[in-house]
This record gives sequence, C-alpha cells and structure tokens, in this order.
Amino acid sequence: MKNNKEPGMTLIVKTITRLTVGLILLYGIYIVLHGHISPGGGFAGGVIIALSFVHLMLAFGREVALRKLSQAAASILESLGAIMFLSIAVLGFLGGYFFLNFFLNKGRPFSLFSAGIIPLCNIAISLKVGAGLFAIFVAIVLFSRDSGIPPDDK
Amino acid sequence: MELHLLLLFMIFAAVAAVEIKDLLSSVIAVGAVGLGLSMVFLVLKAPDLAITQLVVEILCLIILIRATIKKDLPLIRDGRWFFNTASTLVFIAVFLFFAYFALKELPSFGYPIMRVAKEYIAQGLQKTGATNLVASIILDFRGYDTLGEATVLFTAVMGVLAIMRRVGRIK
Amino acid sequence: MSVYFLCLILFCIGLYCVLRKRNIIKIIIGLGIIEYAVNLFFVLIGYRAGGRAPILAKDQVVLNMVDPIPQALVLTAIVIGLATTALMVAIAIRIYEKFGTFDITKIRKLRG
Repeated sequence: MKNNKEPGMTLIVKTITRLTVGLILLYGIYIVLHGHISPGGGFAGGVIIALSFVHLMLAFGREVALRKLSQAAASILESLGAIMFLSIAVLGFLGGYFFLNFFLNKGRPFSLFSAGIIPLCNIAISLKVGAGLFAIFVAIVLFSRDSGIPPDDK
Repeated sequence: MELHLLLLFMIFAAVAAVEIKDLLSSVIAVGAVGLGLSMVFLVLKAPDLAITQLVVEILCLIILIRATIKKDLPLIRDGRWFFNTASTLVFIAVFLFFAYFALKELPSFGYPIMRVAKEYIAQGLQKTGATNLVASIILDFRGYDTLGEATVLFTAVMGVLAIMRRVGRIK
Repeated sequence: MSVYFLCLILFCIGLYCVLRKRNIIKIIIGLGIIEYAVNLFFVLIGYRAGGRAPILAKDQVVLNMVDPIPQALVLTAIVIGLATTALMVAIAIRIYEKFGTFDITKIRKLRG
C-alpha cells in the first residue's frame, strides 16, 4: 500500500497538523505569559508546548520534527530553564533572603507587566518542563530497539 | 450530587482498567479515569488543576500506548491463587476499617480550617501584586518547594536519557 | 464523609492492581490510579461549601474562596507523576528487550 513508503500518517492528518500546530504553540505561550492573571501558569503551559512538538513528530515522522528541535537543543533548553530559575532565586540574596523581590516593582493588578518576578519564573519553568518532556518522548521513540517498528517510520 | 456521580464513574472505569486482559483497552480505561478526574477538579473549583491534569493525561496516554503497542502476551493462572487473592482482600478490608476511624477525625466535608490560608487570601494581592492566588503561592510564598520540584523533574529526565542510551558497539 | 470513602476505594483498587497482577504494564497502571486517588484526596480536603475559585476578578462581590494551599501542592505533584510514569515505562521497555517478556515471574534471573 502507498502508506508504507513515506513516513508519518495519512494526508488528512498532515493537512490538519499543518493548520493547527502553530496555534497550539501560540496557545501554550499565552497560558505561560498570563500565568499571574488567569488560571494556568508555567506547568500547564510547558506541557502544552511539549505537546505541540509531539504532535508534529507523530504526524510527520521523526526526521521533520528533529529538524525543528533536535535532541541536543532540547537538552540545552532544559538546562537553561533550570539555571534561569535558580539564578532568579539566588539573586534575591542581594536584597535580604532567598527569593526576595527587590528589583521589579509590583505594578497595577490585572495588567501584564505586574507581580514582580512571577512572570519571569513562569517563563523559566515552562522552558524546563516543555523541553524536558519533549526530550523524554524523543528518547523513548528513538532509542528503543524493538523489531516491530522500522527506523524510517515515526 | 454530581461529585458522587463522577466518583462512581471513575471507580467503574478503574475496575475496568484493572480487570481487562487486553493491554491497549486497559490503557484507554486509565485515560478515562484521568479525564473524569479533570472534571472533578472543575466541580471542586480548581481551574489550574483541571487544565494541568487534562494535558498531562494526554501526554501520559501517548507514552503508555507507545510502550504497549505490538507487545501483548497471554497470561495464565498458577497455583496458590486462592490464598494470594484472599490475603490481599483481607489486608484491604483491614485497611478500610481503620481508615474509617481516621476519617471521622477530619473536619467535615466543606468546612475546612483555614488558618494560614486566611492570611494568604487577605494579603496576597497587596504583598505580591498577582491576582492568581495559586500562582502567587507556588512562586512567591512557597518558592522553595517549586525549586525542589524542578530538581525532581530534572533528575527524572536525566534518568530516562541515561536508560535509553544507544549502546556503543555490537559485539 | 462518604466522598472521602469513595476516594479511598479508588486507592484500594489501585493497590489491588499493584499487588496481584503479573504484567509490568498493569503494575504501572495501578500506580497511576494510586496517584490520581492521592491528588484527589488532597483537593477534597480543601473544598469549602459555597466557595469560589481562588482567582480575584475585577467585579467580585463575595470573597468566599476555597483553600488555595492544597491546590498549590497538587499542581506540582501532577507533573512529577508524569515524569515518574515515563521513567517506569522506559525501564519496562528495556526489560522487554532484555528478557523478551513482561511477566514478572519469569524475570527472576539477574545474570547478564
């Protein structure tokens, strides 16, 4: 059948993926950035960002998805998120004690640039969670040497 | 009322997940338990948790199905089956019996004692400037716990990458 | 009170699955059910009758909120549960490649 020659799924799935995967990524970024106003936050937004890349990999095969975000890049992004979160916490030592917020003012409530260090912490956590979960999925898919799935598929 | 109905649905789906012999069907039944839990979080007025539980459930289903596809095997029943099942059920009955006495000491459902939470609710907006109180608790009042959670997630990702490494030479 | 009891019955179903099944994937499913039951118990303790979600709004009239502290604790626990489930699935895949089966009564030999 024609399906076995090219990687990924059928034409209908590929068309819908082309239309929606950018919207899923944008929705994840929206939930992360508005984490201090509406429900959501860094954890839910990070998982949604990881889900958009997993969607790309399931629909188009592993080569296309790894070209967008290779495994080395995912590891580097995850470590970057962890270091950013830790440095925001340690920077509070300059003002008194751990996590003290002394360099960003609180702003007006309900606006986007308010609440001190909370948006920065949300961005750092979303990088860490999203890149980490995508690295887990790539490791489980790429390096399992079972006889059922040939290496050119998924 | 709807809380009891949703919990009964979750229990029914969990029993189906435990007892079905086909692996793919039991993984889908666990997905149904997770989606029911997301609806229960909405009824209990926790929208942050409902969003997070929904997307985490979807990713967990994808990883589990990826592991179990094309790997079925038939199971048999060996000897000493009656003694094992009877002792497990006796243990569970004793556990539920003592849990009943422990549950009577809790405050009744719907009237919690909120000593520390009253301070967080009253002064949360003024001290941190965030209107989402749950976000202000996990990132400002209790930021140290979130640092611990980031460490656990990092360790789990490194564990998976270390296990699924490609072994070097083929002898 | 009866809601707590239903939550504990869900916990006991997961516990039965961990103790009595021989397939590794079934044991992972049982651990997942135990995680759901524990998270649900935490959020059930913090519920307040007639309360609203712990998010301030511009035009609110009543300030009767549910307890936000158990929700903050469970939010990170959900994501940690996903990471540990993925770790268990990775170990199960490696066990299948080495021994050829998912049956735990046949994986007793620790040689090789």
